[in-house]
Amino acid sequence: MNDMSRLERVVETKNIKMECRDCQVYYGETHAIKDVNVDIEEKTVTAFIGPSGCGKSTFLRCLNRMNDTIATARVEGSFRLDGEDIYDRRVDPVQLRAKVGMVFQKPNPFPKSIYDNVAYGPRIHGLARNKAEMDEIVEKALRRGALWNEVKDRLDAPGTGLSGGQQQRLCIARAIATEPEVLLMDEPCSALDPIATAQVEELIDELRQNYSVVIVTHSMQQAARVSQKTAFFHLGNLVEFGETGQIFTNPVDPRTESYITGRIG
Amino acid sequence: MPTLWLVCLLLVLAAAGFVMGRARALSSAGGDARTLHSLPNYYGLNVALTSLVPALAVLAIWLLAQPIIVESRVSKLIPAETVPEGSTIGLVMSDVRRVAAGLDLVVDAGLLTVPEASGLRAEERDVRALLGEVGVALGADVRPEVLAAAQRSRMLNHTGGLLMTGLVTGLALAGLGWAYVRTNKDFRARNVVERGVLVLLIVAASLAILTTVGIVLSMLFETSNFFRLHDWKDFFFGSTWAPNFRGDSELSILPLLWGTLYISFIALLVSVPIGLFAAIYLSEYAGKATRALAKPLLEILAGIPTIVYGLFALLTVGPTLAKVFGKGGLLGVEWMAGATSVLTAGVVMGIMLIPFVSSLSDDIINAVPQSMRDGSLGLGATRSETVRQVVLPAALPGIVGAILLAASRAIGETMIVVMGAGAIAKFSLNPLDTMTTITTRIVSQLTGDTDFASPETLVAFALGLTLFVLTLGLNVLALYIVRKYREQYE
Repeated sequence: MNDMSRLERVVETKNIKMECRDCQVYYGETHAIKDVNVDIEEKTVTAFIGPSGCGKSTFLRCLNRMNDTIATARVEGSFRLDGEDIYDRRVDPVQLRAKVGMVFQKPNPFPKSIYDNVAYGPRIHGLARNKAEMDEIVEKALRRGALWNEVKDRLDAPGTGLSGGQQQRLCIARAIATEPEVLLMDEPCSALDPIATAQVEELIDELRQNYSVVIVTHSMQQAARVSQKTAFFHLGNLVEFGETGQIFTNPVDPRTESYITGRIG
Repeated sequence: MPTLWLVCLLLVLAAAGFVMGRARALSSAGGDARTLHSLPNYYGLNVALTSLVPALAVLAIWLLAQPIIVESRVSKLIPAETVPEGSTIGLVMSDVRRVAAGLDLVVDAGLLTVPEASGLRAEERDVRALLGEVGVALGADVRPEVLAAAQRSRMLNHTGGLLMTGLVTGLALAGLGWAYVRTNKDFRARNVVERGVLVLLIVAASLAILTTVGIVLSMLFETSNFFRLHDWKDFFFGSTWAPNFRGDSELSILPLLWGTLYISFIALLVSVPIGLFAAIYLSEYAGKATRALAKPLLEILAGIPTIVYGLFALLTVGPTLAKVFGKGGLLGVEWMAGATSVLTAGVVMGIMLIPFVSSLSDDIINAVPQSMRDGSLGLGATRSETVRQVVLPAALPGIVGAILLAASRAIGETMIVVMGAGAIAKFSLNPLDTMTTITTRIVSQLTGDTDFASPETLVAFALGLTLFVLTLGLNVLALYIVRKYREQYE
């Protein structure tokens, strides 16, 4: 894991994976997200921080159109994945969610076996031609989810029987089994103890090799530890967005500084 | 004194106690309610309850016990050898009761005074004619020992009534006085009333349970009578249901059970898919407005009386089926003789069960945590994939419970099968045949001329008990499954 010394490193320029412009979200009459512009870079961990109710989870859920499942939510603005508007009429949200995976706050393994949990996504998207290929996909996802060694002897055991940290890593493995390009994580460690949190953070750092990761977190230390870019939200506005090191050591906006030093939030 | 007046007296006493207790509490606090331990009404309630509850309890027990005691005392007056051939002591005792009730009427009508009635002797006066004058018709002349027993029973009842009135009134007054004396500003009336409420609730709960036990016991009693008259092997393992009143009936439950289960099966075949799909639509797809409209509409079905469903089966579904499958029907086949059939009753019963299945399943599907759906949708599953692969498996135990509850309703259903299924007990696989069920046979064995000493009538109780055990078993199983499932997410 890296620390703040990242500030001094050369900032490499990476391709932009997702580009969000002038984003607005309304819940009925409430204007939850106002004029947000964010670029998610390839192979980067981007952290969204901010006080509760600031809209960071709402914004995250816009990125794979999970807000579509909430009847009262209305999303405006342009969200582009590899230059293609994901809110375009021609885009199938179901296909989109296979490309932009999601891990939730509370571990939510299905009441099925560990194997079936991981194989769930590949099965519905038809990624495996036969049992052997499926076994391979499951093993690879569990290895990447840093869970393989713990569960390889009991793949038939129910996923709900694992510990909290293992369940969350199972959910991460389940999300990456469909080979997404972007992985969204909504406070993935808030229900976990410090040891499990450390394991998941380590995992996020490894996932950066292959995916863009967007993580919403309440813990500023976590944002500082795992992310390269940080966005600070406040009352539905994007206050500041930039290099993690810069945000944490030298914030431009006084609100960011107040939040980071614990004066608001 | 009639019991009604006694109860009224108790209520008046309690009301007076309420006012008195409240006033005494207030005066003990010098008129300032704030220095009382409890609110003034609690003191009043305490006095009222202390006066009312024990008195009412004694009254209830007395009313239950007195006839039993009187009867046992009186029946000793009838020597066993005087019971006529072909009769029983029970029949003689019912004569005694009729004569006693008749004598009451005679006294009320002013034909005799009370001492005259007590001193009446069968040898001196035609009691039968006397009772006939007040409208009590007897089958034969009143024999002396019956008259004596009736007089004795009247006397015992009279003394008992006086004793009861005295005891109950005394108890109420004692309770009132005791609670009144105890009332002062430091008395914890609120806590006492709280305990009283607790007792009241426990009594209500026990009454419900005791009633069930009582029902089972009465069924058990008559059922054992039946098995004394009829071979249990024929009842449980025979193959024919052919009651007749010559005394050589074949009374086997199996053909009836077959009809019951077959009709229930068809009902479930109709109601489970429709109900389940409706529940899935309502809980997973429908918007708020649709749900608010559709759910109550669907539940209206549950409020329709089953006799109306029976009419629907008889007038609409049956003839329609007959038009399709019957003689000269659309299909040109002759599979159905009349409008009544297993299919008719099954389909209509299925319609009746739809709201049961859908409303229970809807609750259970809603209990599946939203995070499960989010997880599946977040992986790129469609809604129906999510329902099929995540929501339904998670809700399955609960849904099985709902189906079992519906099944037990179907097995116990009566009106629809009486009107839609027919009356012939047989084993047949053809759903267009008429068949009959346990419940319809209970109805037909107990209506019309019945003789409670013949197996043809008593078999109804054996059938009822078997049915009860069957549905009880299903309900217990369903509740067990539903409860076990609930634990998973709580």
